[in-house]
Amino acid sequence: MTDDTRDHDRTVIRLPEMGLVVLVGVSGSGKSHFARKHFAPTQVVSSDACRAMVSGDENDQSATADAFDLLHYIVGKRLRRGLLTVVDATNVQSRARQSLLQLAKAHDVLTAAIVLDVPEHVAVERNAARPDRDLPEHVVPRQRRELRRGLRSLGREFRRVRVLTGTEEIDAATIRYDRSWNDRRDLTGPFDVVGDVHGCRAELEDLLSGLGYEIVRDASGRAVDANHPGGRTVLFVGDLVDRGPDSPGVLRLAMGMVASGNALCVSGNHEAKLVRALRGRKVRVAHGLAESLEQLAAEPEEFRADALRFMDGLISHYVLDEGRLVVAHAGLKEDYHGRASGRVRSFALYGDTTGETDEYGLPVRYPWARDYRGKATVVYGHTPVPEPEWVNNTICLDTGVVFGGKLTALRYPERELVSVPAREVWYEPVRPLDAPASAGSVAGGHRESDVLRIEDVMDNSGVETRLMGRVTVREENALAALEVMSRFAVDPRWLVYLPPTMSPAATSALPGYLEHPAEALAAYRDRGVARVVCEEKHMGSRAVAVVCRDEAVAAARFGVDDGTTGALFTRTGRAFFRDPDRTREVLDRVRAAIGAAGLWDELDTGWLVLDCELLPWSAKAMDLIRTQYAATGAAARAALPMASGALARAQARGLDLGGLREHVDRRAANAARFRDAYARYCWPVDGLDGLRLAPFQVLAGDGTAWAAARDHDWHLDIAGRLADADPGGLIRRTGSMVADLADAASEEAVTGWWEGLTASGGEGMVVKPLGPLPEGTKVQPGVKCRGREYLRIIYGPDYTEPEHLDRLRGRSLGRKRSLAMREHALGLEALDRLAAGEPVWRVHQAVFAVLALESEPVDPRL
Amino acid sequence: MLLTITTTLDQATDLGFLLHKHPDRVHRFEQSSGTAHVFYPDADERRCTAALLLDVDPVKLVRTRGKGTPDFSLGQYVNDRPYAASSLLASAMANVFRTAMRGRCAARPELARTPIPLEIVLPALPCRGGPGQAERFFGPLGWEVSAVPVPLDPEHGEWGDSRYVTLTLTGEVRLTDALNQLYVLLPVLDDAKHYWVASDEVDKLIRAGEGWLAAHPDRAAITRRYLANRRALVRAALGRLADADGAPEDALDPVEIDEELAAESPEESTQESPAETAVPLSERRALSVLAALREENARRVIDLGCGSGKLLARLLRDEFFSEISGADVSHRALGHARRRVRFDERREGSRVRDVFQGALTYADERFRGYEAAVLMEVVEHVDPPRLGAVERVVFGHAAPRVVVVTTPNAEHNVRYEGLAPGAMRHPDHRFEWTRAEFREWADRVAAAHGYRVRHVPVGDDDPEVGAPTQMGVFTR
Repeated sequence: MTDDTRDHDRTVIRLPEMGLVVLVGVSGSGKSHFARKHFAPTQVVSSDACRAMVSGDENDQSATADAFDLLHYIVGKRLRRGLLTVVDATNVQSRARQSLLQLAKAHDVLTAAIVLDVPEHVAVERNAARPDRDLPEHVVPRQRRELRRGLRSLGREFRRVRVLTGTEEIDAATIRYDRSWNDRRDLTGPFDVVGDVHGCRAELEDLLSGLGYEIVRDASGRAVDANHPGGRTVLFVGDLVDRGPDSPGVLRLAMGMVASGNALCVSGNHEAKLVRALRGRKVRVAHGLAESLEQLAAEPEEFRADALRFMDGLISHYVLDEGRLVVAHAGLKEDYHGRASGRVRSFALYGDTTGETDEYGLPVRYPWARDYRGKATVVYGHTPVPEPEWVNNTICLDTGVVFGGKLTALRYPERELVSVPAREVWYEPVRPLDAPASAGSVAGGHRESDVLRIEDVMDNSGVETRLMGRVTVREENALAALEVMSRFAVDPRWLVYLPPTMSPAATSALPGYLEHPAEALAAYRDRGVARVVCEEKHMGSRAVAVVCRDEAVAAARFGVDDGTTGALFTRTGRAFFRDPDRTREVLDRVRAAIGAAGLWDELDTGWLVLDCELLPWSAKAMDLIRTQYAATGAAARAALPMASGALARAQARGLDLGGLREHVDRRAANAARFRDAYARYCWPVDGLDGLRLAPFQVLAGDGTAWAAARDHDWHLDIAGRLADADPGGLIRRTGSMVADLADAASEEAVTGWWEGLTASGGEGMVVKPLGPLPEGTKVQPGVKCRGREYLRIIYGPDYTEPEHLDRLRGRSLGRKRSLAMREHALGLEALDRLAAGEPVWRVHQAVFAVLALESEPVDPRL
Repeated sequence: MLLTITTTLDQATDLGFLLHKHPDRVHRFEQSSGTAHVFYPDADERRCTAALLLDVDPVKLVRTRGKGTPDFSLGQYVNDRPYAASSLLASAMANVFRTAMRGRCAARPELARTPIPLEIVLPALPCRGGPGQAERFFGPLGWEVSAVPVPLDPEHGEWGDSRYVTLTLTGEVRLTDALNQLYVLLPVLDDAKHYWVASDEVDKLIRAGEGWLAAHPDRAAITRRYLANRRALVRAALGRLADADGAPEDALDPVEIDEELAAESPEESTQESPAETAVPLSERRALSVLAALREENARRVIDLGCGSGKLLARLLRDEFFSEISGADVSHRALGHARRRVRFDERREGSRVRDVFQGALTYADERFRGYEAAVLMEVVEHVDPPRLGAVERVVFGHAAPRVVVVTTPNAEHNVRYEGLAPGAMRHPDHRFEWTRAEFREWADRVAAAHGYRVRHVPVGDDDPEVGAPTQMGVFTR
């Protein structure tokens, strides 16, 4: 309870680093002065200040209720955020303290009270010296009476209480902060986290040896310590004891390791129960407790006492590695990390149960890990699983060694799993280890749910990206994306990326052109880029392909176990084909090509995400072509020749039409060119026949976001190899040319290439920088440069007429460029998170933001 | 876009007097959408043709477009407006032939009042509903109608016909009537107007329709389309037409226009039996849901996928329900729902707790804490691969005591006339289940999440194909 009594230096007050500190004292006892002297202004929440804030007068007693509402609100917010908070109010009444204590309880923080007890006359004199304070005479004596009465109960109310008597003691006091017991952020590892041992000493020795520990033995050959030459530390997740053959042996080793600093150990529920049993409390002897009691009975009394002291002293969780790692026996939700209270301990030891039991009569656990969104990796045990799997940056290491499973350790920060098999089935499980609910699990796999939380995507604080810092998403855009995402998008576990938009090059001033290579190349030259790659731009529909090597990879890496092995989706996240069989056929071909090209091994991955264009345009956009493009062509074809005929007759009558006929004839010619422009991108498709997939970038694979890691010439090379490796001809090559921006001949060559491409009906090209980008300048990840004829289907049949072109040149690219940069940053962020194996909600956040940004109003023709 | 008006009247060039445009000159009028030209390709005593050529400037059209223009194709540079005869041409007519449309002609007053032989040609008329629509609307007005469909792309015969026809009208009609009929029926056939329909549109319609619209057998459809299906305006116009006709208002087509469900919805348009006409299926569905909630004594209810809030309004009218919320993913629908339950004006103690945007594929704390959740005609809008997520959100996470799910019974679709075999009732339906499929799904979901389910048919239970709607009441 109160440990300050043991502190011989009477001037030192010991406080928790994080928690609630309540100053207690009558008016005029010097609380505000004390608070100013010892705490930062932001740490102190004062009732007088709150009273002033709500009423304009810090002495207005009629504002007290509102002032305390505000005070409690501020205190609650600070405690939720884990900040030390000092309350400066009289707090002499038990009722006033109770409401603060409830706040502390609600946020599971430690509490301390500092009582400033000054003689009555001192307080009265101080109050009198303050002209603004007009206290009735009876107030201070009444407060003193209340204080006296309360002093007796303070010790029960607060974790720590310090009474400072007299001005001298108050003035002499200094503060020292104690780190919370569970706060071991200073330890940065490397660690080996060991799952539930349950008395399996032999397997524990096997595991530690396997991990490279040298086991220290006593004279009788018993393991009493283990140390690692690489300075690694073991973290035991608890449940060392019960059920197994040698709980004392496990305790002896663990106790030795903890004592020597080679290990830390948190308490499991079995230790807690064993402690109660050893203390002679009435407990139900079940679940392997009998074995422990029997084995311990055979040990000398001294060992039993040591073991009891050890287990009794185990705390319920540790926060390690600067807050990046949390170890608790049954796991711990984020709100409880670093907190201290009965319910935090209970959660850490027993988990959170729904109150229901399953078919085997075992408690149904609340799936806190499924909802876990914390930054810290949480490692735990408690519930036996056939294989340890990642669930939202948490992992359960209890692989049921005592039930004949295995004993597992997680190497941290490497995140590698190491297991040793059980030497035998030491204890028959109530529920079969490999119950169907968790079948198909893979060690180190990702058990992801396709259900995310609304907060994952509607968080208005934006998405933190490595490239551009925080990218914000406005609420209305997020809401628009929510609608599209939920009505049309594929499973979020597959939807790992959405392609960012791309800006066109600056507008050309050349007669007859809106876009031209000169501006695209100049854009990069002006930014200090030396080389660019110009890629043929296919006119089809953007398609992102996620391809797994097989079903096992799909299940382990993406958590999808319905037999699908990938996805093919559009730039808004819809399945490219309505028919799942068609998707499978395309993926099968791509998978075969990846295999034939040797990329699984070369890129050391079992899955790849590819950015592609799928042709023809009519394969996906037939409805649009029919209702918008072909319809416009049809109307023009019906109307313009008839108008031309009428004008011809009028001209024949000798009317002066002032060039109207020539104008209409030109429009007719433009309409015909427009028709040819769209018709080039339409051809019949039957099954896979006629379909073409043109990959141009490898976005990510296991461990690497290739989009960021390699230059575009590498990507095009891989894409070319895929095309070569596909004898069926589905995969199409993407033409490209590298340009040296300092070389006029090189620019000329590229311009000629572009003219050839676009004259024969090509959409145009995309220019992307090669080599490291110049520092300190924002460079577009790519700009597009579209062909003259192609642009008719964007800007209309007549856009090339000088009077239209001049007006169109006034287009503004600023918003589009900004959008392209932000979406690019989000896209890479999604890939980084994906490649790093982060939970699906983290990836989805960035992907969702791309879709949200796409709903920003930007000229759709750019 | 082009319109030609030809007459073979004696002294055919009198057409120039009637139109107030001299046949030997070329007339030019600036319009907000471009330039209108009037000229005469032919002008002699036996045959005279006036041509109105509207040269639409597509760039100008986009630049002058107001926010919230209903016709989306105008938002892009690629559209048929420069070539097709639409409301732009109608507006140009109204400007250029204003006097003629009023029937005034000082030079030939008698001729203006007389039906004359006319041939009117529109080479590219967008005709929603196919060539038959042109016959349906122009035929009763005394025209001989020829509507020849324009192919979509001559090199892609397999794409079929476009929505345009080359329209030729021949007949003896007063010129003023002919112009007014075109003015009204061009946008009606196009079924898309280029500016917001405002209340003065009713005046324009009444004026242009004088003498022919009130007697037209399709006046209700014409009125509805002309006023872009704006219910209040349609009612006002139909009322005024009735007055104009001297007929009682209820003698007019009492068609009710549903704002959200297209009139084409087979459920609403097909009348199975006299009993079915009295109570539409949507009504019976809502009643069944309310009855199920009462039966389960569920007073605190959230409507998941509340759409425009029709069920919310019903729940609100029924004092049995003590707490009512609605969620939908569509921002637009929620706007309607909020207005319907007067969400923004609600007072303290209101039984409406919240009407908010949420998606059933995302776990949401706001879905929790109710006794019942209703998913009325919702699941069939979810892609099958995402249905599992919806199940986990509704039955696993929100997990109210009662869940009521309704969905179409696909077997019943054969009872809907005009619904092609294998077609679904709504374009956004991702699937429609047979009774067995729904039962299988419901049983699996119930078992997985600890619910019991009972099945209730909604609508007349057809002995062969079952009721049109199936309802599952899940309880735990």
